[in-house]
Amino acid sequence: MSQVITDKNGVKRYLITINVNGDSHSLLVKGNAILTNVLRDDLNLTGTKKGCELGDCGSCTVLLDGKPVDSCMVLAVEADGREITTIEGVAANGQLDDIQQSMLNHAAVQCGYCTPGMVLSAKALLTRNPHPSEREVREAIAGNLCRCTGYVHIVEAVLAASRGEITPVDLKEGDSR
Amino acid sequence: MNMPDFEYHAPETLQEACALLAELGRNATVLAGGTDVLHKMKTGKLASGHLVSLKRLGELRNIRSKSGHGIVIGALTRHNEIYNSPLLQELFLSLPMAAHTMASNQICNLGTLGGNIVNGVPSADLPPILIALKACIRLVSAQGERSMALEDFFCGAAQTRIVPGEILADTTIPEQSTTGSTYIKFGLRRSGALAVAGVAVSVTVDKNILREARIVLASSAPTVMRARNAEGFLRGKKISGKLLAEAGAMAAAESRPRDSIRGSAEYRRNLVEVLTKRALRKAIDKGHI
Ligand SMILES: Cc1cc2nc3c(=O)[nH]c(=O)nc-3n(C[C@H](O)[C@H](O)[C@H](O)COP(=O)(O)OP(=O)(O)OC[C@H]3O[C@@H](n4cnc5c(N)ncnc54)[C@H](O)[C@@H]3O)c2cc1C
Ligand code: FES
Ligand code: FES
Repeated sequence: MSQVITDKNGVKRYLITINVNGDSHSLLVKGNAILTNVLRDDLNLTGTKKGCELGDCGSCTVLLDGKPVDSCMVLAVEADGREITTIEGVAANGQLDDIQQSMLNHAAVQCGYCTPGMVLSAKALLTRNPHPSEREVREAIAGNLCRCTGYVHIVEAVLAASRGEITPVDLKEGDSR
Repeated sequence: MNMPDFEYHAPETLQEACALLAELGRNATVLAGGTDVLHKMKTGKLASGHLVSLKRLGELRNIRSKSGHGIVIGALTRHNEIYNSPLLQELFLSLPMAAHTMASNQICNLGTLGGNIVNGVPSADLPPILIALKACIRLVSAQGERSMALEDFFCGAAQTRIVPGEILADTTIPEQSTTGSTYIKFGLRRSGALAVAGVAVSVTVDKNILREARIVLASSAPTVMRARNAEGFLRGKKISGKLLAEAGAMAAAESRPRDSIRGSAEYRRNLVEVLTKRALRKAIDKGHI
């Protein structure tokens, strides 16, 4: 059991240690704290979005020990000792991940609300299965609802990334994209 | 979305968890993957003074074969672990395939077999195929343990025979003479949708004669149910298209579906008729169990 600290009002908080995007964080959380909120509010990692908060939309998707989960359905205390990847941890050394780059190349982003979750679901798929079929891509992102782009461009982007067909784009300041 | 307050516990062993549940009584809720518990707490359908998390009970998170007894699946095994299990894929492929019809990848990485059973809703996807495969469950408490056939566990809408203080430890699929089984689910979307209706069957076929058939319906009555009239009708008969169609009609007649936003009772009854016929055909032809 994680260490428990009770404040003067009798409210219990649990000391948890989570590894987020390679960095270890020790935090005090209430028993009812939801992982999405802890990531967003305590660690300021607001790339993880909140939509339905009931496990339906996938906008809160993070990787827990490498597997995509809806972080709105996870108590933060339950994540104690585990490894989490959020969208902030996907690009490395200032370089977009192939999936991110491919989504730009294919205009697979409109409002962008679903995008972090989409990228993480796709990332988990390509890590497990570097050359998925279209069906496998559709299955992997079926828990990520997109309300504006539609799925065609997103699926194309993930498939292109899996084939390494990436065109680097230099985004300049003021670029209207 | 607001989460009510509760006290959180994460016991280290099954015994410790049982002792804690015995002490806390009705004021405690068991937490496994949390996909149902958190959903209910956020939507105000469940308030509980204490959540007792099973996350440290690694002993309940495995799939193993027990010689002479079949396969034992720990209650904390997640849907994706069932889907990806080489052992289950080899011996009882219809169970991984049923797990594959469930929810989204994200939920399947959290939700557990135990939660799917104990939650007790008639739309749950794993109980029907497990009942078709004659599965038994083992319930453990501070008083000891008891086992029962999974089909005897459900007793009403969201009601089961589990009593406060009990933990579902595992589910056993026994070795059997079954020659084929399958689960067919109809949802409003291919992924992430609950069953409007689902039918699991297992068959024992010998020289074109149906020695035994089990037909188990999801989302077609207040609890998951066996279509016993249709099963009895099939026993010992020679397989034909007409026979399977008649069995489908009988299963539909004995189902007790209700109207809901996902489908009317009439629509569900029609689904049961068609899905039963198809599932029997598939189990007979495909042969996998
Ligand atoms: C978006 C979404 C989609 C879903 N889609 C499907 C679907 O397609 N098909 C389907 O069948 N279900 C679906 N579900 C429901 C749910 O995910 C499953 O029922 C899941 O298996 C529940 O498991 P859990 O470990 O998350 O349960 P929890 O939420 O942890 O627990 C559920 C209930 O079981 C009790 N419990 C859990 N484990 C034990 C145990 N070992 N001993 C005693 N009591 C226990 C808890 O106290 C609680 O009452 C969906 C849920 C969501 C949120
Ligand atoms: S916010 Fe978590 S799934 Fe919608
Ligand atoms: S880009 Fe707007 S929801 Fe997907």
